[in-house]
Amino acid sequence: MTRHIRHAAFFCALLLAALLVNAARVQVVEAPAYDDNIANRRTTIARYGQPRGNILVDGAPVTGSQDTGEHLRYERTYTNGPMYAPVTGYASQVYGTTLLEHTEDGVLAGTDPLLSPFPLWGAAARGRYPGGDVVTTLRRTAQEAAYEGLAGRKGAVAAIEPSTGRILALVSAPSYDPSVLSGNGSAVARSWSTLNRDPDKPMLNRAARKTYPPGSTFKVVTAAAALDAGVVEDLDAKTRTPDPYTLPGTRTKLTNASEGCKNVPLRKAFEWSCNTVFAKLGVEVGVDRMAATASAFGFNDAELKIPYSVAESTFDTRVDRAQLALSSIGQYNTRATPLQMAMVAAAVANGGQVRSPYLVERTVRAGGGTVAAAGSRPMRQAMRPSTAAQLRELMVDVVREGTGSNAWIPGATVGGKTGTAQHGLGNSGTPYAWFVSWAQGDHDVEPKVAVAVVVEDADADRGEISGGGDAAPIARAVMEAVLKSSPEPRR
Amino acid sequence: MTKAGTSLVAADAPAPTAALPRRRGIELSLLVVAVLLSVYGYCAVGLARHGTVPPGAAGYGAGLGVLALVAHLAVRLRAPSADPLLLPIGVLLNGLGLVLIYRLDLETPGDRAAPTQLVWSTLGVTLFILVVLLLRDHRVLQRYAYVCVVAALVLLTLPILFPSVNGARIWIRIAGFSIQPGEFAKVLLAVFFAAYLAANRSALAYTGRRVFGVERLQLPPGRVLGPIVAIWLVSVGVLVLERDLGTSLLFFGLFVVLLYVATGRTGWIALGLLLAAAGAIAVGQLEPHVHGRVEDWRHPFASIEAGEGPNQLSQSLFAFAAGGTFGTGLGLGNSILIGFAAKSDFILATAGEELGLAGLSAIFLLYGLLVERGYRTGLALRDPFGRLLAVGLASIVALQVFVIAGGVTGLIPLTGMAMPFLAQGGSSVVTNWAIVALLIRLSDRARSRLGVPRAEEPAAPETGRHEHAGAVR
Repeated sequence: MTRHIRHAAFFCALLLAALLVNAARVQVVEAPAYDDNIANRRTTIARYGQPRGNILVDGAPVTGSQDTGEHLRYERTYTNGPMYAPVTGYASQVYGTTLLEHTEDGVLAGTDPLLSPFPLWGAAARGRYPGGDVVTTLRRTAQEAAYEGLAGRKGAVAAIEPSTGRILALVSAPSYDPSVLSGNGSAVARSWSTLNRDPDKPMLNRAARKTYPPGSTFKVVTAAAALDAGVVEDLDAKTRTPDPYTLPGTRTKLTNASEGCKNVPLRKAFEWSCNTVFAKLGVEVGVDRMAATASAFGFNDAELKIPYSVAESTFDTRVDRAQLALSSIGQYNTRATPLQMAMVAAAVANGGQVRSPYLVERTVRAGGGTVAAAGSRPMRQAMRPSTAAQLRELMVDVVREGTGSNAWIPGATVGGKTGTAQHGLGNSGTPYAWFVSWAQGDHDVEPKVAVAVVVEDADADRGEISGGGDAAPIARAVMEAVLKSSPEPRR
Repeated sequence: MTKAGTSLVAADAPAPTAALPRRRGIELSLLVVAVLLSVYGYCAVGLARHGTVPPGAAGYGAGLGVLALVAHLAVRLRAPSADPLLLPIGVLLNGLGLVLIYRLDLETPGDRAAPTQLVWSTLGVTLFILVVLLLRDHRVLQRYAYVCVVAALVLLTLPILFPSVNGARIWIRIAGFSIQPGEFAKVLLAVFFAAYLAANRSALAYTGRRVFGVERLQLPPGRVLGPIVAIWLVSVGVLVLERDLGTSLLFFGLFVVLLYVATGRTGWIALGLLLAAAGAIAVGQLEPHVHGRVEDWRHPFASIEAGEGPNQLSQSLFAFAAGGTFGTGLGLGNSILIGFAAKSDFILATAGEELGLAGLSAIFLLYGLLVERGYRTGLALRDPFGRLLAVGLASIVALQVFVIAGGVTGLIPLTGMAMPFLAQGGSSVVTNWAIVALLIRLSDRARSRLGVPRAEEPAAPETGRHEHAGAVR
């Protein structure tokens, strides 16, 4: 019997050994795979188990974290949610993150190894640190001016500092409050479906993720291409342009909104926004040089990140001459985001140099140390500096005595260009009102701000829609806000 | 009565020895350590969750300490030579279980289980004390073998009259208390098996006719084998009806182990395994519930891949994995994700996640130590009934731990069963305290001069201290 008891005991010892070995297998060997399993909610719980870092505008947070005491503990809150929504995006327990909340998630959620006091060690440890903050380039007053200017209308505003590419304002209307998507109650799902069903598409980031036909504002690009290519050498020399202009190879006649565009020099054509002149210029410049200039401004670039990705603005390169004529006045397949058109205005203001736009000035640790800072941004020369100087002249004329008089600011030099873009089937849709402009205070050494405004007001009477009437005042308010808040230069 | 034909001393029992040192002081100091460890765990939960020592810490420590002390006094009074490890291990596991349940209660504010568990633990320790005080000699139990088996079968069949809970019909409700009678039946059946096998050992080992011409497979006469197989079949049948597979597996394992220890016939093991395989296949075919468990074990993440979210087993594996080597720390894990069984069947996942592989291994080794002390007692005893009873009780603990721990860690298919002492479940705690009490009684007999039955002792040569090799090699 003793022997058999020992056998049985040995059997129990085997069972114990099996348990120990298997526990080591599950807890050590298989653990990484189990931890990363898609259904394992621990990563999510840890992520929401600490307050999320904040997104700052002018040094003040526009986001917050609220302790709900629930399983996913901290919920994202937003101050002025709708105003900053096109910048912050949302951070939802259910629907994930978008825009800055998405691209800067590593810093905000505290998983970025760079947040570790010892970065190399942090990368190996896969730890979680207190969430860091994201300092944006936005200017609060400019953002407010843009948001209030659009109040109640559909549209978007983008404002850039020409010399650096800092995005000073980015507004889309109608907007939504991202905080309704925070948390994980049934209310979140309801808000989600409501927002997605809304015909006005409040969650669409119109400033950076929607492209519009830029209409006459694209004439800035066409003029730059013509001047750079030498097709036009003197702003005041008569262009030989018929009115109406028959599109090459077709019988379609292109007309103008205003009288007296026949054979006008470029200066007047720009001031009165003559379609015929610019359509013909585009054809004379040719598709290759038009496309090259458009690309230099940032069109046809699917890679642009600010740091979140931006919808690609397009200038079609596979066109016949009639289509090229229409493309050159911002119709046909030419499409641009408001941000892209702000880049166009900024390039003119900045001596022809396009600075890649960006939203994040720097990211900082909870303790205040800098994690990463926006270095000098890449730039392209979109046109010769002399061409930029000529275009500045043209744009100033538009504000001084042309269609853009509503953007005039006392004590500053303002240049602009209006646009009214046809769209829809057979141009049946309400036209979009555009205005792109830049401004330089009388005491400033360089232009401080470039803005693009688009208003797509489906309720307005067609006759009333015009870039000068609807969009220019908004642009002026934004530019004034920036000029006022700019530090006085040292004398 | 089954006293006929039993030899009072097992043939290869150890020679009578001088009494071992009593070691009651060691037991007391180990008890202090066990209580302090439990209180420490309780405080760790509070500190991790609220940053303060929980207000009940002193009361909890005092309560557990008083229970341990009274139990210790009972042992000191009535079983002075008992093994000094048994009681401290029981107290430590029970205290740790209370800490884990208290910790899980923090996640389910509307459903507090720790206070109830504390009441049941008190009942368990009370039963322990009663057994130690009232049962002066374990051989008394032999007389009640048939009473035990009838009681066990009644207890097993009772829940059929009650509605099933979570797919298993193993509960009865009396005055608001849920009781799992199957838990108590384990001990009663162990007593019956031990008594019956001790009485009929020679008949069972007797080489009867050959089966299939195989030399080693020799079955004893039917009249000896009949009752035991019948009882086993009835109990297993009842369990299949109640869908409590864990207990069924446990009875089966206990039966085979005791049969082997009593008769030494490897044929029994072969036959047992064959029967087990046949039973498993049959049940697996007939019972969708069981079939599903096996499928879950083979593909724990199938439900995730099917887009239905993680099932309990995958949640349990996630919890163990999250613990890693050293664990998240008490109170800092997320094992509540397992769901409704987190405090009962899956309590080990909380231990694994919050104490890590280190803590889990320590818990396994505590169980291993408990089992080892049981086997050691069995080896040291001299009467066949006592030996078989000690081995049976130790095996119950070992098999129970293996079945449920293997289940929740994905080693074997999952069967619902309570982790001894740790898991929420009053019947289980009380039963396990009864097991420890019986082991105390047995080991007291084994380690004292009374290890020798009061029959005519063969004059064995004095061999001095008789050291047994450790049962667990």
